[in-house]
Amino acid sequence: MRQLCKGNVAVVKGAVLAGCRAYYGYPITPASEIAEYAALYIPEVGGTFVQAESEVASINMVYGAASTGVRVMTASSGPGLSLMQEGISYLCGSELPCVIVDVVRGGPGLGNIAPEQSDYFAMVKGGGHGNYHNLVLAPASVQEMADLTMLAFDLADRYRNPVIVLTDGFVGQMMEPIELQVSEVNPPEKPWAVKGTPETQNNLISSIYLEPDDLEKHERKLEQKYKLAQMLETRLETYMTDDAEILLVGYGIVSRVLRSAVDEARAQGLRAGLLRPITLWPFPSKALAETAARCKTVLTVEMSTGQMVEDVRLAINGKVPVELYSRIGGNVPSVEEVHARMLECAGAEV
Amino acid sequence: MAEYEIIHEKSPVFYERYERKNELQHQTHYCPGCGHGVAHKLIAEAIEELGLQERTIFVSPVGCSVFAYYYFNVGNIQAAHGRAPAAATGIKRACPDKIVISYQGDGDLAAIGTAEIVHAANRGEKITVFFINNAIYGMTGGQMAPTTMVGQASTTSPWGRRPANEGFPLHVSEMLATLEAPVYIERVALSDNKNIMKARKAVRKALELQRDGAGFSLVEILSPCPTIWKKDPVEARKWVAEKMIPVFPLGVFRDRKVEIPRIDVPQKTVAEALELCETPGQRLAPHHHGKPCTIKVAGFGGQGVLLMGIVLAEMGMREGLEVSWLPSYGPEMRSGSAHCHVCLAKERIGSPLVAHPEVLVAMNEQSLRKFAPTVAPGGLILYNRDSLPPDFAVSHARVMCLPASEIADKLGSAKVANVIMLGALLEETECMSPETAMTVIGQMVRKPELLKLNGEALHAGRVFVDHQVRVGAVSQPDGFAY
Repeated sequence: MRQLCKGNVAVVKGAVLAGCRAYYGYPITPASEIAEYAALYIPEVGGTFVQAESEVASINMVYGAASTGVRVMTASSGPGLSLMQEGISYLCGSELPCVIVDVVRGGPGLGNIAPEQSDYFAMVKGGGHGNYHNLVLAPASVQEMADLTMLAFDLADRYRNPVIVLTDGFVGQMMEPIELQVSEVNPPEKPWAVKGTPETQNNLISSIYLEPDDLEKHERKLEQKYKLAQMLETRLETYMTDDAEILLVGYGIVSRVLRSAVDEARAQGLRAGLLRPITLWPFPSKALAETAARCKTVLTVEMSTGQMVEDVRLAINGKVPVELYSRIGGNVPSVEEVHARMLECAGAEV
Repeated sequence: MAEYEIIHEKSPVFYERYERKNELQHQTHYCPGCGHGVAHKLIAEAIEELGLQERTIFVSPVGCSVFAYYYFNVGNIQAAHGRAPAAATGIKRACPDKIVISYQGDGDLAAIGTAEIVHAANRGEKITVFFINNAIYGMTGGQMAPTTMVGQASTTSPWGRRPANEGFPLHVSEMLATLEAPVYIERVALSDNKNIMKARKAVRKALELQRDGAGFSLVEILSPCPTIWKKDPVEARKWVAEKMIPVFPLGVFRDRKVEIPRIDVPQKTVAEALELCETPGQRLAPHHHGKPCTIKVAGFGGQGVLLMGIVLAEMGMREGLEVSWLPSYGPEMRSGSAHCHVCLAKERIGSPLVAHPEVLVAMNEQSLRKFAPTVAPGGLILYNRDSLPPDFAVSHARVMCLPASEIADKLGSAKVANVIMLGALLEETECMSPETAMTVIGQMVRKPELLKLNGEALHAGRVFVDHQVRVGAVSQPDGFAY
């Protein structure tokens, strides 16, 4: 059955369908509906919802719940995610699975509540202390808000690591039809969890390794895990890239605008294509490099002053010129603006 | 490593050999005379006596006791500095029948973790907190704690704690005892054998209460730190008695059964809770096939602008179209402006933003002035007045003025102005069917009298357009009427 659903609500529906029965969070625009619907749905299916006193507390409640092996999540927006960075570092260090949704708003500081993509560095590159990575998924539709949240729980368990669903105020607030089905959830066994049982009595959840050799060993183990994720988990979508001369790169809501821009460009005889990373970490560098190699120019479009473009440039490694078009402050690049910038780039080529 | 011989028998709640330590696995890392050793022993013995070992989860955050997991043969979780009560909340909620212990020092609990302990206590989390107060930061080498006493020197209060600069020592037990939910709060001291015996009873009682599901319990333990205090173990105990107890009086601050009002949550299946069960009204409209259209609805908050957009999107979905609805959203402020974008399409929708709508519904003058210039050439503007403002002209799009708010008032509720506009929009564009509109509205409006009103409003909008067309009042871009 198709139902019209808001992006933020779809996150909660996806979470419940994925077997999440624990939510700890703190309200913040434009992510509050996630907490509100979690407060409604999760207790109705026998789970736990707690509104924490702060994002610092909520991420540590997530830490505690994840330690016992249950599927658990939280959600917030930039200012809240800043407060959670300590906890995220601990979750990675202690190898605890959880799902964290960042509905990005404008910043820095209090900024505003309009959409931006300016948390890319904070979520994709870290933000907390130490050698760690989050897996980061970037939905571009309401259906994907549910689907990628479900995937996030699986990936979190598979890698024993937090998975971030990085979205923005627009995808969070918009409504689109979605189709969801109840199916049996079989989360993997978690023999490492501490459950207060004789079998788990000797288990320890910890991120402290005082001896340099011990810590190096632990961090190398994490590194191996991240390398595996880089091999197995990159996800992307392409549109009209086979014969593209100009390749647009963008994620989330921007990729939607870019898809329209490709149509517009093609209608006017400009061979444009789109590559949209679905996983921002691991970043689809290989696929991007291969696709870009067939093009004359790459135009990255972001609602930040240029964060993902660094990864685009690293992937392409100077082989093709990489340009940036950016809108910020809550402004979303329009199809016309992107088209004009494409023409500039194409002109520069000739 | 040298072999050693066990002389004293210790509680089986402790590991026999501390294999998680790198060296000296027969002894703890605590200094001679440190209160942690005694506190650990009291806790281990209580766990043993109560038979709780197999179901205990011990949370140790940052401080000297971060390594409590070296010693306690129970499930162990190490947490971030000050966050143990939050972590313990997550643990206890996931495992309500387990015994969850948060063991925290004074820097951890009373400085960096103040919010977490206050709120865990206030929620009445059914956990037990052991709060080791030694009036100093031990692990980091003797800095001032929130419980450092007036005049007490530390590396960060070299002239002694000066209340004018650092404030006064924090009395955690007294503070938490002002809350509604805690069931048991007692302050004890490891100053002499008599007080240690009292501490033993308090530790045991706190765990018993948790075992019985009573609620939040906390035991504050005044505890010697000979190394940082630069005293020998005997002097340090004496110092607890002579200096600390007068500032932090011993006693029971809370010991009562708390009646927690129960509000039950109705239990549902996943499909019910997530509203995934199909209702007859949600089926596709059988006979109508919607036409693609891009629409912007704009006006004041409270005019039903966003809701009208949702109705359009829901209708489009039922008429087999791809749809998207994108709102402007802002802080909850009175008389703010609101607008939304609705895309109705045959194909997958790229950008859900409507930069150049084919139809603009302007519910107020501000929206008209702001968005009319963006309407696509040859598009339609529906304006909620009987005429355009005298200084405002539109040449690139058709304009239809209809005083929806006035008509709505006459119908009996200003709230249906948006439905009147919807009726007009459907009649003028024929993008979707009015029957679908009523089906969708019928799903949203449950009260029969309100549904009837909405039906009248939809009808009024349609009739208005019909009438306008007949009398030729719809202005054209070229100035000619129909």
